[in-house]
Amino acid sequence: MKKDMTCIMCPIGCQMTIEGSEGNYTVTGNSCKNGEKYAIEEMTAPKRIIPTTVVVKDALIARCPVKTAAPVPKEKIFDIMDVINKVVLTAPVHIGDVVIKDVLDTGVDVVATKTMPRVN
Amino acid sequence: MIYNVVILGGGPAGLAAAVAAKKEGAENVLILERDRELGGILNQCIHNGFGLHTFGEQLTGPEYAERYINEVVQLKIPYELNTMVLDLEDHGELKIIHAINEEKGYFPIETESVILTMGCRERTAGAIGIPGYRPAGVYTAGAAQRFMNMEGYMAGKEAVILGSGDIGLIMARRMTLEGAHVQAVCEIMPHSNGLVRNVVQCLDDYDIPLKLSHTISFIHGKDRVEGVTVMKVDKETLKPIPGTEEFIKCDTLLLSVGLIPENEITRKAEVAIDGKTNGPVVGELRQTNMPGVFACGNVVQVHDLVDFVSEESVLAGEGAAKYIKGELDTEINFDTKNGDGISYVVPQHVALKNVEDSITFYMRVRKVFPNHTVKAYLNGEVIAKKNAPKFLPAEMVNFKIKRSLLEKYPNGEITFIVEEKPEKKIKL
Amino acid sequence: MFDIAIIGAGVAGSFIARELSRYQLDVLLLDGESDVGNQITMANSAIVHAGYDAPSYKKKGQFSSTGNVMYEKTCKDLDVPFKRTGSLVVAHSAHEMMTIHDLYKNGLKNGTPNLRIIYEDELHEMEPNLNPEACGALYAGDAGLVSPFEIAVKATENAINNGVTLKLDTLVQDIKNNDGSFTLKTTTGDYEAKFVVNAAGVYADDIYNMVGDPYFKLLARRGVYFIFDKEIGNIVNNVIFPCPTKNGKGILVSPTVHGNILIGPDAMPVKKGEICTTQDRLDYVKANALKNVPSLDFRKIIRSYAGTRNTAVKADFTTTDGDFIIEESPVKGFVNFAGYESPGLTSAPASTYYVVEEVIVPMLEREGYTVKVNENFNPVNKRHVYFDQLSEEEKMEIIKENPKYGKVICRCETITEGEILDVIHRSAGATTVKGVKKRCRAGMGRCQGGFCQPRVVEILAREMDCRLDEVMYDKKTDAYMLNGKTKSVEEDA
Repeated sequence: MKKDMTCIMCPIGCQMTIEGSEGNYTVTGNSCKNGEKYAIEEMTAPKRIIPTTVVVKDALIARCPVKTAAPVPKEKIFDIMDVINKVVLTAPVHIGDVVIKDVLDTGVDVVATKTMPRVN
Repeated sequence: MIYNVVILGGGPAGLAAAVAAKKEGAENVLILERDRELGGILNQCIHNGFGLHTFGEQLTGPEYAERYINEVVQLKIPYELNTMVLDLEDHGELKIIHAINEEKGYFPIETESVILTMGCRERTAGAIGIPGYRPAGVYTAGAAQRFMNMEGYMAGKEAVILGSGDIGLIMARRMTLEGAHVQAVCEIMPHSNGLVRNVVQCLDDYDIPLKLSHTISFIHGKDRVEGVTVMKVDKETLKPIPGTEEFIKCDTLLLSVGLIPENEITRKAEVAIDGKTNGPVVGELRQTNMPGVFACGNVVQVHDLVDFVSEESVLAGEGAAKYIKGELDTEINFDTKNGDGISYVVPQHVALKNVEDSITFYMRVRKVFPNHTVKAYLNGEVIAKKNAPKFLPAEMVNFKIKRSLLEKYPNGEITFIVEEKPEKKIKL
Repeated sequence: MFDIAIIGAGVAGSFIARELSRYQLDVLLLDGESDVGNQITMANSAIVHAGYDAPSYKKKGQFSSTGNVMYEKTCKDLDVPFKRTGSLVVAHSAHEMMTIHDLYKNGLKNGTPNLRIIYEDELHEMEPNLNPEACGALYAGDAGLVSPFEIAVKATENAINNGVTLKLDTLVQDIKNNDGSFTLKTTTGDYEAKFVVNAAGVYADDIYNMVGDPYFKLLARRGVYFIFDKEIGNIVNNVIFPCPTKNGKGILVSPTVHGNILIGPDAMPVKKGEICTTQDRLDYVKANALKNVPSLDFRKIIRSYAGTRNTAVKADFTTTDGDFIIEESPVKGFVNFAGYESPGLTSAPASTYYVVEEVIVPMLEREGYTVKVNENFNPVNKRHVYFDQLSEEEKMEIIKENPKYGKVICRCETITEGEILDVIHRSAGATTVKGVKKRCRAGMGRCQGGFCQPRVVEILAREMDCRLDEVMYDKKTDAYMLNGKTKSVEEDA
């Protein structure tokens, strides 16, 4: 089998082609190792980083930006969003704070991406 | 007190310029920011993709901003929040800024130099004149993004997005993640305007149709958006083709149809503006035609990556620091020009004495060039070339030229031209 | 039971209400929209005509002439921006110059002051950006510009301060004639009034037909407009009219009282309420505006909108002269103030004075009412602070008094939170985002609310003590701005 795809690992977006079968893929068109890794993963187990927000209390604004610390399985995105949407943080929050540990058994944490001091 | 450098805007450009100016020896630096916190537009850009060039990592907007905010704090650079600048007066060696906030009222700030970092605003539905009613529910993508990511409210539940620039693509994903249904992204050009990776991870991932060569020809709904009429456009004239009308039911229309540098203060102060960039005319250290006034970031040219904003802002910071020390050379050696295929070039002129090893020229191409080179001509000779697999209008071209290549000429005009690559000769 | 119910709170209804508040009468001013001046009043050319246009035997002619003269005092009392710029009806040919001469003669008959015919040299000196082919014009020095939505709001504010009751979102669905009084059946309940004044704009014929046999019909003709960025503000100094045709005054290029440039309107017969812009009409307006000002840069457009005029014709569709219908109708006690199209805005101070003094008060007296003067009538509104126009010292002073004037909310127009709070808390105050926009211009600048709208929504939510998504853009429940919070988790409002 053969598939064309665009790499999303960085803004360059190399146009790659992946050929082969399970366990035996060849990737062309990539400029770096990350691209090769992405192409193979896209075929076998596609993953994405989810950047979103959670409710936060006692801070300057009503939402704290968060992200999954690493890519998570693409098919679990909306289930993970459901879990994230139930979180209510209270300021102060520090950048990098673990907001959800090992979300939905993916082995990936959801972390805060902004420091938000407490405000009355 | 008289400041050395006052910076109008605490977004990525202002933060990087402040840090650079301070590190280059400007003692009294002040940042003026109109919002309730530093960080500018990065505060609402909660997605990642920032910092690959600057930090070698991929960060979200707030993370990128926080790196710089931490430096501002460490360097003890003061800043005023919730403060609007209404006016900039040039009194030669002294500039007077008229600022306003609730605590201090309407107050003047005296400074030796100013760096303009006001960023840009979004082009509106009114400006592009979409026919129809004027209901609630029509938002620029950035306004909807702010409501969503900071106040925590949905702009709507069923959306159509006009414009496939990065902001439009990012909002398509963002709205979908928060439970809205994005019916389509329409793009008037035959190609997407944003990074290809964003088309993949924002549209393809969620099966959101990208309608290329389409535009919105009517907004339905008197009080709230009820739908839009979408039409195919002619690839050459970009005019809607009669008979191709399609009604898409929706309650929200987001517009991502262009960014315009926010140069009200610049124009009021009568600083020279380049009609091609809609930003001030600047030199190699981002000095404008008004001595002591510098500019960097989106206010000079609309950037596609914040990393290049930071890069450009370091130049402005260094320029301002040099200026207050009396070390900024003002003798202009070269003017730059946009030749065939190039829409603009920044900086618009170069004073070689202020350049160390090399100088980066930033520009954009007018259309997609699949098999071309950008060449730099100086007084009729090619002095440098830049290659890329493809040149796209959506991606800024950074053309680095060594100082040594320019030194040979006392002055002249550097013209950047897009040319077709010569046919490859096959060796038999 | 009210003495008088006025149906329609546009320029006409609000001025009538104010005039009536000079007397000790219980007046109800109602409107089906969620704000005053929400239809024709906010979508017109905003011009106070000099008065040479309409024939002097028509009410249009008489009231526009007198109205023009009254504008200074009215706007000073109400605190509404008004400016006399002058107007030019421009001719491109000898044939058109003949029309100019006819207009001039009519103007002389109407007693229009400051009127004269000017020729090429003077014309192009006055207007350097005018099409070089323009060969002459009728100059009317008394033509002016006003803010029409502000004038309706402020007339209403003054009326309420002088005792009038305002009811919005109150759409009249039926009227019962009780022979001596009327019952108005509306979307907010029934209201009783001894007399009714019908100032319902383009719906005035539908309103009258609820009580009487149709004797006039209103035809809606839509006009589309563009507004340009203030950057090009001085491309023309006067209101520039083309030579008029039987379709109307034509596509004008005009400054606005706030410093923008406006072009339009065209004239397209439409169904009532069809106030959308369409591509062909937008293109038409652009093409025609270029005829007089060829250097207009359409990239500087910041907004387009449309409004409908209402022209009165006889019920059997034979033509009338198309004059105002200002009279007690065949239904006793029911006054019509209809067919109120251009020069309605110009005529307002005069026509509404007339309807009150010469129609309504005599009607009341005839029916046995003693109409007493309201000794407490105060024609003057509290001044509105136009922060941007204050001097440096005044700016510093006012922020010391009220720090809210130190928070700039609308960047493009330099509108402060102090001004926004002021227009929310006055009589007939703003309750919607559009209402704030109309009263203090926040959102009317080049970014069209991109920067200020989230902040205006926050302020309204705070002042009205509601959630951000309960703040409406315009009509309640229909013109919602935001649709719920982004998270499913339960949280405090």
